[in-house]
Amino acid sequence: MNRILACLARNQLLISLTVLALALLFPLVFPSQYSIRMATLCGMYIVLALSLNLITGYTGQVSLGHAAFFGIGAYTAAILATRFGLNFLFTFIAAAIVAGLAAFLLGLPTLKLKGHYLAMVTLGFCEIVRLVEMNWMGLTRGPLGILNIPPPSLWGFTIDAPIEYYYFIVALVVLTIKLVQNIVDSRVGKGLIAISEDEIAAEAMGINILRYKVMVFVISAALAGFAGAFYAQYMSYIDPTSFGTDQSISIFIMIIFGGLASIPGTIIGVIVLTLLPEVLRGLMDFRLIIYGLILIAMMLVKPEGLLGNINFTRIKKAADGKKAGELK
Amino acid sequence: MKPLLGIERVTQRFGGLVAVSNVSFQIFENEIIGVIGPNGAGKTTLFNIITGIYKPTEGKVMYDEGNIAGFRPHEITQSGLARTFQNIRLFQNMTVLENVLVGMHTRTKANLFDAVFRTGRLKKEQLEATQKAEYYLRLVDLYEHRHSAAKNLPYGSQRKLEIARAMASEPRLLLLDEPAAGMNEQETAELMEFIGKLKALGYTILLIEHDMKLVMNICERIIVFDHGCLIAQGEPEVIKKEPKVIEAYLGKEA
Ligand SMILES: Nc1ncnc2c1ncn2[C@@H]1O[C@H](COP(=O)(O)OP(=O)(O)OP(=O)(O)O)[C@@H](O)[C@H]1O
Ligand SMILES: [Mg+2]
Repeated sequence: MNRILACLARNQLLISLTVLALALLFPLVFPSQYSIRMATLCGMYIVLALSLNLITGYTGQVSLGHAAFFGIGAYTAAILATRFGLNFLFTFIAAAIVAGLAAFLLGLPTLKLKGHYLAMVTLGFCEIVRLVEMNWMGLTRGPLGILNIPPPSLWGFTIDAPIEYYYFIVALVVLTIKLVQNIVDSRVGKGLIAISEDEIAAEAMGINILRYKVMVFVISAALAGFAGAFYAQYMSYIDPTSFGTDQSISIFIMIIFGGLASIPGTIIGVIVLTLLPEVLRGLMDFRLIIYGLILIAMMLVKPEGLLGNINFTRIKKAADGKKAGELK
Repeated sequence: MKPLLGIERVTQRFGGLVAVSNVSFQIFENEIIGVIGPNGAGKTTLFNIITGIYKPTEGKVMYDEGNIAGFRPHEITQSGLARTFQNIRLFQNMTVLENVLVGMHTRTKANLFDAVFRTGRLKKEQLEATQKAEYYLRLVDLYEHRHSAAKNLPYGSQRKLEIARAMASEPRLLLLDEPAAGMNEQETAELMEFIGKLKALGYTILLIEHDMKLVMNICERIIVFDHGCLIAQGEPEVIKKEPKVIEAYLGKEA
């Protein structure tokens, strides 16, 4: 097992490029509307799950309301695009900012408290946001949803074919991976991981834990808002049912299953759990039960998730170190 | 001479329990001071007050002429105090090297922007930080293990890693809470020698130890706690003969 991991670690770049190449070729091999649509949604969920992983996986703060920020982003983009005809560059950035701002206002008082308050507060927040989306008719049109959201366009080029959306989301996924990786590999990221391991020790090492937690919560929400903007313009129709607690829990389960604090784990988790319900079409009604069972099984067998806590950079360094040691 | 740290009439209550009671003492630059006392005497609580984990119920903690009582722990670390923990609190899943790098948090600057765009400043700083971290690891003889997870180190090495991590924040005052706990005799002797060396490097050290004999050799002054009160302070030779101290220790053992 360790050998395999070391081998994977050493060929990280090669594997990443291969996966990217496969992702780029995918719609050419599977050109059906259906498969491209599934792949596009997978991409969107990867952005969502990676962003949740920042706060929950790397920093260890359980958030159960990620869909709220997803929804805030989607509604922000939808409203700006339909009522003000704003270009997608603006709608996407506005979606990220509004979602991030909501996270800031929610996180500042909540993240001060020790313990699992964040989990409870975010769960409640998600429900509140859904109720607002449902009832603020003037702004969101409530259960009717927002229709005819225009597709993203820039300089006369409009993204409207499914395959164009697909490549658009692949680009977003690559950017998100790069963003998460860069944060994690830095001084800031080490601070976040230190917080997840031991808050008291992290604080004693000079980390301003409140500031870091709020900061990462905001980034995480802003990314979810971004994904929301994509969703709104991709679907061209949104209503509150897509942003409820069950959506939050689904995203949460994806990272638990794939692995907390693991990028490849997150990607695998998303793909498996997005495709599983499709494969088990007939069992659609039992989707959440199946998710629940998977979660329980995972907790019993491998609580850190499929690839959780497997850090390929560390494995590579350790392997290189050993080799250097053998040469001496 | 002005003291580096001045504890002034500090009291810490937990409900009805007085864990530290009206304690005052001073520490001067480049001293090694031992804090001894029986179980539950309030030694760790004193550390928690100095490092900002607790805000004392009463009293002042004067450092660099300012009162730091009530400051957040990260602010205190920033100002030049660092500690180890009695119950080892390493970042268990991080590597040995990464633990020390986290220790350097207050002495490095890369921010979110540098991280996201991998600026030149970040790369340069990462390189320098790694070299410095490796220097600290060599000091405590853990360089060879720098890529192992902290949790895989033997107990004695974990204690040494905690010291290296604390040193990485470039403190003027190092607070070590029972650094020899759980070590065998030889490891303990080596550790005490190492702590002696730290003085030569210019550190000021406040060292909690359960066992009086251990600190006698390396400490210039010893502070004795019992039931939250500071019952004696002075040179080891004097402390050894102090009736109150003998009573506190023998009284416990009897
Ligand atoms: N957070 C807390 N809440 C309540 N009581 C506490 C707290 N921290 C410490 N105490 C109590 O304060 C007293 C002093 O504890 P402290 O840990 O400072 O002792 P110590 O001298 O370090 O002992 P030991 O040698 O066993 O480490 C003990 O009675 C302890 O139970
Ligand atoms: Mg103690």
